Amino acid sequence: MPGGRERELRRRIGSIQSTKKITRAMELIAATRVVKAMQRANAARPYARLITSVIEDLAAGGAEVDHPLLRQAPEVRNVGFIIITGDRGLAGAYNTSVIRTAERQVMAHVSEGKGYSLCCVGRKSASYFRFRNYRIDNAMSGFSDNPSYDDARRIAETVSESFLVEAVDQVELIYTEFVSMGTQRVVVRRFLPLVDTEMMAREGSGTGREGSFEFEPSPEAVLEALLPRYTEARLYGALLDAAASEHASRQRAMKAATDNAEELITKLSRAMNQARQDAITTEIMEIVGGAEALGGGDTTDVDIALASMLAGTDASMPTAAGASPA
Amino acid sequence: MAVELDVELVSPEEVTYSGSAEMVIVRTVEEGDIAFQAGHVPFLGVLAPWSVDVLRPGGERDTFAVHRGFVEVSHNKVTILSDVSEAADEIDTTRAETARQRAAEALAVDAEDVEAAAALERAELRLRVAAA
Repeated sequence: MPGGRERELRRRIGSIQSTKKITRAMELIAATRVVKAMQRANAARPYARLITSVIEDLAAGGAEVDHPLLRQAPEVRNVGFIIITGDRGLAGAYNTSVIRTAERQVMAHVSEGKGYSLCCVGRKSASYFRFRNYRIDNAMSGFSDNPSYDDARRIAETVSESFLVEAVDQVELIYTEFVSMGTQRVVVRRFLPLVDTEMMAREGSGTGREGSFEFEPSPEAVLEALLPRYTEARLYGALLDAAASEHASRQRAMKAATDNAEELITKLSRAMNQARQDAITTEIMEIVGGAEALGGGDTTDVDIALASMLAGTDASMPTAAGASPA
Repeated sequence: MAVELDVELVSPEEVTYSGSAEMVIVRTVEEGDIAFQAGHVPFLGVLAPWSVDVLRPGGERDTFAVHRGFVEVSHNKVTILSDVSEAADEIDTTRAETARQRAAEALAVDAEDVEAAAALERAELRLRVAAA
């Protein structure tokens, strides 16, 4: 039946157009969120920097402590992992690349005969590892696109707790680092045990401060109060980076989806226009053929039939000939 | 003109306050108030849950309720790092009052309730700072 193919193509174009509307909307939303997430990450930087500089001062002041968070286990038997992914998909490779790195890490430790303990942050990592029958000790979600400091504190407390009771001897933090709008990369960082203060001081900005600080109550007491805050601040920074990365990835993925939809619509419109022209040509041929068979050479009947048909399809003919995809 | 201090109150989310001051008064965990003026030796201390008073050059006073944190003083710069702090005008007094009553009731039932004691302390600090 002529026109059947045309109708089918028209339906497909319609459905791609509505998909495109959705991806376009998601792209725009992600674009505004990524800006906000970057601002939050920047606003959080002074605190992290200052905490590090306080640690530098403590190192300069000669604080020596045997804090449980600094405990270096002689033999690492169980490794904890904090895996930070998003709650929702449609963000390109964002979730899968974190999950893939995490799984490889877990496998590497398991093959060395160590135990593992997973702390999944974000719904995506939790559902992935749950489906594959990994044992998940902690799963937290619902804040991946807008993490608060309280969320960071909750995670840091849970993980520090299991480190302090020696359920794990080492904790790795796996998240996506936000380098720039165009670049985000998955990183694996040692979360616990904390490296000693001198190492932390060296990791910091190294501004060469003087070592004549007065401490109250004592360098050791300050450091002891400081270390839990330091872990929280680090985790908070990671969460903010991950959130910014998630939005940036989603924006990019949705932009690609929108572009693809546009391309597909162009292609399908061309195919549709061609199908319509084919149908019209076939129809004309049928009429001409039929009229010739009836009239037996009398051309006036054919002309009349053709003229009436052209008048009927007048509206669609010029566009069909023009084949404009817009 | 006297040398002034730069004061910054920094929370994990953002820098919540910054300005200059003639004097900053805090309380450290040793149960002692300590005031900083320009030229103070470098100092690093753990703060008690208490108020932080910033005396501005014009004679104004900004008060904050700081529930925990650190103070660092060096090069005429006072930095207060705190993950739980509020400015006096941000405090919801009615909420603090109900929280205080609730904590007091919980303490009356169970005097050993550590959380209620902490809540009571927080609420009282909020009310005191808001009243100042």
